[in-house]
Amino acid sequence: MTGFVGALVEAWDELRIHKLRVLLALIGVAVAVAAITGVTAAVQMLSQAYQEQFDRDMGRQVTVAVDAWAQGEQSAPPAALATEYARVLERYDITWASRDLATQVPFRFPDGTRPTEVRAVDPDLGTMQRIQVVEGRWFDDADVDALAPLLVVNRAFLDRLGASDLSEPLTVQLGDVTPVRSRVVGLVEDRWRGAPPEAYVLYDQLTRWYTPDAAAGFYQPAPTLKMWVPPEIVDDLTPRLRSEIGAAVPGWEVGTYDNRSTGGAALDGATRWVALGVGAFALLLGGLGLVNIALVTVRYRIREIGIRRSFGATSGRVFVGVLLESVVATVVAGLVGVVLAVAAVKAIPADVMFGGLQDRPPFPVSAALIGMACATGVGALAGILPATVAVRVKVIDAIRY
Amino acid sequence: MTVLDLLGAAEEVHDRAPVVELRGVTRQFPGDPPVHALHPTDLTVRAGEYLSVVGPSGSGKSTLLHLLGLLDSPTDGEYLLDGRPTSGAGERERAALRATRIGFVFQAFHLLPHRTVLENVLLATVYSGVPRAERRERAVAALERVGLAHRLDFLPTVLSGGERQRTAVARAVVARPAVLLADEPTGNLDSASSESVLALFDELHAEGLTLLVITHDDEVSARAQRRVRIADGRLQEIA
Repeated sequence: MTGFVGALVEAWDELRIHKLRVLLALIGVAVAVAAITGVTAAVQMLSQAYQEQFDRDMGRQVTVAVDAWAQGEQSAPPAALATEYARVLERYDITWASRDLATQVPFRFPDGTRPTEVRAVDPDLGTMQRIQVVEGRWFDDADVDALAPLLVVNRAFLDRLGASDLSEPLTVQLGDVTPVRSRVVGLVEDRWRGAPPEAYVLYDQLTRWYTPDAAAGFYQPAPTLKMWVPPEIVDDLTPRLRSEIGAAVPGWEVGTYDNRSTGGAALDGATRWVALGVGAFALLLGGLGLVNIALVTVRYRIREIGIRRSFGATSGRVFVGVLLESVVATVVAGLVGVVLAVAAVKAIPADVMFGGLQDRPPFPVSAALIGMACATGVGALAGILPATVAVRVKVIDAIRY
Repeated sequence: MTVLDLLGAAEEVHDRAPVVELRGVTRQFPGDPPVHALHPTDLTVRAGEYLSVVGPSGSGKSTLLHLLGLLDSPTDGEYLLDGRPTSGAGERERAALRATRIGFVFQAFHLLPHRTVLENVLLATVYSGVPRAERRERAVAALERVGLAHRLDFLPTVLSGGERQRTAVARAVVARPAVLLADEPTGNLDSASSESVLALFDELHAEGLTLLVITHDDEVSARAQRRVRIADGRLQEIA
C-alpha cells in the first residue's frame, strides 16, 4: 500500500514537473470526457423530458384504466358502478386513482354559451399525469365539498373569458338551463398551439351541479377509472378488476388497459448509444494523442529511467510509475472534464430546451462515473505502451555518457 | 556528522566479509569472434578501503563498473557483494541490492534536471526503503556533509560542475551504501572542482566509507589507498 502511494506521489510529481506537456496532452482528454459526460447527462435529462411528456399524455408508469359501457336497458344503474369503483380501490389499497370523464359542458362566455371540452377528474390525476399548473393551483381533496364548482382551465379558455391571468377572482357560469357560478382556481398551458378552450373539473362536483340531458338512458357515459400502480401487480390486478367489476354491475361491458406497451423513454435505446459512441470516439482520439506524447516523453526520459534503475528502481516500479503518470494525468483531466460537463449541463436552460421539466433530474452520478471510468481507462491504455518501452530501457545504455 | 554516521556501521567495518569480491569473473560479448571485455578476474575490496581502477579507453573499465554495480551480469564466475553471491539473484533482488548496498557517482553527474538538489538526493532514499519520515532529514544531512546545505532548493542546472558532482556524491551516500562506485568522477570537471571532489572522497574514506573509483587519470588514481590497473580486460595490482 505504501509502495502504491509512493508510486502515486511520484507520478504526480512527474506530472507537476512536466506541466506544459501534460496540459497539452490532456486538453483533448478533458474535452472528450466533458463531451461524453455531458452527452450522457443531457441524454438522461432529455429522457426525463420525454418521460414527463409521456406521463402527461398517457399517465405515469403503470397506469391501469378501467372502462365500462352499459350494454342495454337492463344494465345496472351508473351509481352501482361508482360504488364498485370505490370498493375495488379500497380492497386493493390503491393510493393513486382518479375517475376521468371527457365530456362537453356548456359555459357562458362573454360571447355566448358554448359547449366546452371538460375533463371531470379526481384530485389525484394532477400527480398521476403531471398536470402543470402555471398559475393558481390544482385541486385538493377538500375542493370536493366546495360550495361552487371549481375549474382549472387552459389558456384558450381564459382568453375566451377575456381574462389574461388569475390575479382577480374569476368566475364563469356552468350549465345552460340552471347554470351555476363556477370559480377558476388554476391555469394550465394549452396542450398545443390553437387548442380549443378546455377545463378540468372535479368529477363529484360536476355530477352534483350539472346533469346533461343525454346522460340519462341507454349508452350513458361512465368515467374511466385510472389507477397508478406498481408494475409488478399489473398482470395480477387487471383480470381481477375485469371480473369483479363485471360481476358487480351486470349489463356493463368492462375493459381494462395499461400503458406499459407505450412506455419507456425514447432515448434509452439507439440514440443514447450513438451519442455515447461519438463521445467514445472523441476520447479515443484524445487517448491516441496522449499515447503519442507519452511515447516521445519516455524516449526523452530514457536517461532518467536509467538513473532511477541504477538507484534501485525495479522494472515493475518503473512500469507502474509510467503507467500511473498516464492514469493520474487522465484522472485529473477526467475530473476537469466532468466539472466542465456539470457546469455546462447546469447552465443549460433545461426548461426551455426540454419543454418544461417538472422533476429536473440532478446531474446524474452515473454520467460522472462513466466519464471518470473512461478517463481512467484511456489513461491506463495510453500508459501501457510507454510503460513497456520504459521497462525495456537498458540501464547501461541509458546512463552511458 | 561523519559518513560513518550515515553508514551506521562504523564498529563492524573490520570484522565483516569483503564488501566486494570477484571470483574468476569474466565478461564476454557475443560476436564473431566474441569480445573478451573482462578476462577471469579476482578482486577483493574490504570495508573501508579506497581503491582506484585505472586504465585507458577500451580497457574494460566500464564493463567492470557495470558488473560491480549489478547493472550487468558476468558470463562466468561469482560476484559476492557484502559476502552475498549475486549470480543467482533475480532482477528484483539485484535492484534491491543496488538500492541498499551500492552508491553510484557518474562522470556526467546524471542529476535529474527538473528536480531540486534536495529532490535529487531524496531520489535514492525512495528505492532503498528509508522510512518516509526520515528521508528529508537524511538527505539534508548528506547535503550538509558535502557542503551544499545552502543549495537545497536549487536546480542542478544552475550549479557549478563541482557542486553537481558533490550533489551526486550526497545522493550516492544518503542510502548508506556498502560501497561507493565512482565512474570517472572528475572527467567533466575543471582542476579546481576535481580537487574539491577528490578532497571530499578523501574525507569520506577517512570516515570509513568504502570507495571504488574508476578512472583513466593517473592523478585521480593516485589519491586512492590501493590501485589496480586494467588493460585489455585484465586487472593488475599496482604496488
